[in-house]
Formats: sequence, C-alpha cells, structure tokens
Amino acid sequence: MSEEPVYVAGAFEHPTREAPESSTMQLHGECAKHALADAGLSKDDVNGYFTSGVPEYEDGKPTLLMADYLGLDVSYMDGTDHGGASYVSHVAHAVSAIRDGRCDVALVTLAGRPRSRNQATGSGSRPLRSMQDSFERIYGVTNIAMYGMAARRHMHEYGTTPEQLAEIRVAASTHAQHNPNALYQDPVTVEDVVESRVVADPLHLLDCCVITDGGGALVLVSEDVREDLERECVEVLGCGEAAGHHQAGRIDITRTAAERSGARAFDEAGIEPADVDYASLYDSFTITVLETIEDLGFCEKGEGGEFVEDGALQAPDGELPFNTDGGGLCSNHPGNRGGMTKMIEAVRQLRGEANEPVQVDADVAIAHATGGSIATRHAAATVVFGREDR
Amino acid sequence: MTPETREFWASAADGDLSLSECQNCGLVYYYPRALCPDCFSDDVTGRSATGEGEVYSYSVTRTISGWPEDDLPLVVAYVELDEGVRMMTNVHADPDDVAVGTRVEVTFVDTEEPDVAIPVFVPVTDGESDG
Repeated sequence: MSEEPVYVAGAFEHPTREAPESSTMQLHGECAKHALADAGLSKDDVNGYFTSGVPEYEDGKPTLLMADYLGLDVSYMDGTDHGGASYVSHVAHAVSAIRDGRCDVALVTLAGRPRSRNQATGSGSRPLRSMQDSFERIYGVTNIAMYGMAARRHMHEYGTTPEQLAEIRVAASTHAQHNPNALYQDPVTVEDVVESRVVADPLHLLDCCVITDGGGALVLVSEDVREDLERECVEVLGCGEAAGHHQAGRIDITRTAAERSGARAFDEAGIEPADVDYASLYDSFTITVLETIEDLGFCEKGEGGEFVEDGALQAPDGELPFNTDGGGLCSNHPGNRGGMTKMIEAVRQLRGEANEPVQVDADVAIAHATGGSIATRHAAATVVFGREDR
Repeated sequence: MTPETREFWASAADGDLSLSECQNCGLVYYYPRALCPDCFSDDVTGRSATGEGEVYSYSVTRTISGWPEDDLPLVVAYVELDEGVRMMTNVHADPDDVAVGTRVEVTFVDTEEPDVAIPVFVPVTDGESDG
C-alpha cells in the first residue's frame, strides 16, 4: 500500500467496571488523559476528535459537548454513531482525515455508565423511538430475543449446538482469569454455560456479555508525528465498514455485514484471514462471535461450531486466539459498546502488553465490532493492525 | 404511525395484511416505505398478502420488564410469508407448539385506536407442518 502510514500511538482502557461516583464526561476525560500520556503527547497536540457520545444526554452534539468539556481546539470532528461499532469506524475515519491532512493527532474516546444507571439494556421493553420500532418493538422483542432468534436459525440451518456456543464463553473466561480488571475472573465450563438460566432461548445468561461502566481511548497519529515519539506504535493496515439490514424483507439472520466490512479491511491491508495472528471479535453474545468468525472468513459459513469446539479461540496456541482480555463476555463492555475495548486489546497484543499467559506472538491483529442488532440492522466495522517491525 | 405507514395499520384494522409492491421493478417488500428500497421508484402500491407462511426463527421471552405479565411467555418470531417476505411478529401459541418451519396464519389484535390493528400469527390448525 502506497498510502501514508497512520499509527496508533496511545491506548488506554479505564480500569473501572462500576463508577457510581463519576460522571460519564469525567470517564471520557480520564481515558483521554491516559491515552495521550501513553502516546507521549499532550492535550494541546490533539487536533482531531472522535466520539459518539454522552449517553445521559439525548440531545446529540456529542463531539461539541465533549470538546467543550475537554477544552480541545480541533480542526476535525466526527460524531458517527452506530452503536458498538462506532469507535472502529472512528478509527477508519481518522485514518482518512490524517491522510487528507485535516488533522495529525486524532483522539477517539468512549465512556458510559450503564451499570451504575441500572440499564439492563437487552432484556427490557422500551418506548418506540423510530419508525422501525413500530414494526419490531411493539412485539416485545428485546435485543437478547433478537440474538436468540439468530442463534436458533443458525442451529436449524447448520446444526450448531448450545454446547458449541458455550465454548466461546469458556475460552473468554479462561483468558479473563489473567486479567485483574475483568468483571468475571473465574473460568467456566461448557456445563456452567448451558446450565445457566435461559434468558432468551436458546441463549443462556452466560451467553451474554457483561454490563459495565467505563471507557477507553485511542490516539492516532501521522507519520510525521510518529517520528518524534519514543513509544512503540501500531500501524493501521486496513479498515472496512458495512451496513446490514432487513433488505426489504429478505434478511438472513445467520449472516452479518462482517462479510463485507472484513473483506474490505483485509483487501486494504493486503492480507488474508490466514495471516491474522490475533482477533478481537465483538461478543455481545456468543452467537455474535460465531457468526462473525464465519463471516470474516476464518472458516466456512455454518462451520463455526466445529471451529470453536477444537479450542481454536484459546490463547496463546489456538488457531485464532481471541479476546485475550476476557472480552465483553467476561471483562468489560463499557457503555454497552464493545468496539473500543476490542481495539485496545488488539493494540496490547501487538505491543507485547497482553497479560503474560495469553500473550500471542502476533504481527497482525484485527478488531471487529458489530453495532445494533444482527437480527434487524447493524453496522459492522473491521480494522487490521500490524506491528511496525513485522 | 407516520403518513407512510398509516395505510398499513388501517388495512390491518380491516383484517388485511398489506405488503408494498413496486410497480417499476416488481419487488414485494415489508415494512412499508414510499420509495422502493431496490430501485427508488415512488410508484408503489399496497398488495394484500395471503397471510400465511412459516416460522423462520423464534425466541421465547419469559420475563420482560415493562411488559404485561398476562402476555407471558411471549413468542417473538420472524415469519416468512408465502410471498417470501420475512417479518418480525408474535406467534400466539403455547411455546411447545412452535418450531422453525411451523405453518402459521395471520390474525389481528385490536388496539385502542380504531384505525390501527397489529398483525400477529397463530399456527395453522389443519395445515401441514414440517417443523
């Protein structure tokens, strides 16, 4: 690729999982401060800012509210919001903005406090907020039920089993035991998962991600800025985005838009799925991971169950070590949006900063996020990162 | 309800499940929109569905905060109509009588508004079922 390289210079995941005494803006600020310190940069260096919001405030204008709060003087702002995939999209957009010369130090922040605010998102009814809601939410369909439907159809078409889905949680929990900040650090077994309470059949409680407060931030820089930094950086090799939706009634809930976002990111990076050494995969539910593995091309459609059964996801030696921080299933899903933490763990892996027992010998890593619901409409965003000395 | 969807709900109140049919490209689609989502034509008319189809997928919800207890357990489902269109809905049945592939037919639940009824489905009692 002949384009100017863009680097991740700073990354920070807030260690909190429950922050009743903090404001969401404060968490954004703490993440920004530490990510900039990690990069060896200061607030005054930031001239691009990306965020999708402060969930307490439904009035919009997230970049403006936060630029005011943080005291940023920026020449580029992007408030793209499509749920948990937003932050991976922000990185894609920051790469373009840096290459276009519109900014050279881009800050991306996420924060949210659903745990303190008792937002059992996924499991309750809610007011109708869009025209589409009047054709969906009126039927009492919750987020979890939508993913339950996806899981059931996948089982029907491909013979996938609840035990195979459980293997995904098992691998994540095996990794989480090495993460002192993970919400759940105890390893679980397949039996633990399939014997946990059914939340929306065929999905059990342990098929679902955690609800946590917290946040994270990334700092992306141009090659010129990178040359002045001491920090080991990670190169952004490729990005891809895609929208999945009803297709006017032809929706296939066993497939996600990762088919397209992944292909775009791999193409831009000039790699194949087989070149990926480590993968951070969006894990709102175990079925999200399973469909994503297939759609990104790590196995054939319908063979995800067999793929995960053989320990492929286990770090450090599995075929596709994934979510070595414990992921959203066990560690952290701040603001009900997992895209940021997926990227941060991929960066840690490439910088050799993962927790020691799950550190992978990785030159190329991906982070993939899914925002919205795979059973109605969702955004998919994929980013490929590489070590500078790969 | 919006100006685009008023006719759909009114048809339901008259006992008719209405799909949209594009007169330009022939696409039959759901949910209703003024512009065809395949070709952007605005020459779109309502078309009565047969009201029959089969369960494409479903999930049983046994607890849902903010939902009437009397309506639980709730079977949320995608039904694939015989026209080929998949729509999210409820199947009003004992969860044990529902499977992927169960033949279903539409029925309508009245609301407090006379011009609005909600299409839901029930298993076809004397029809075939491959589920």
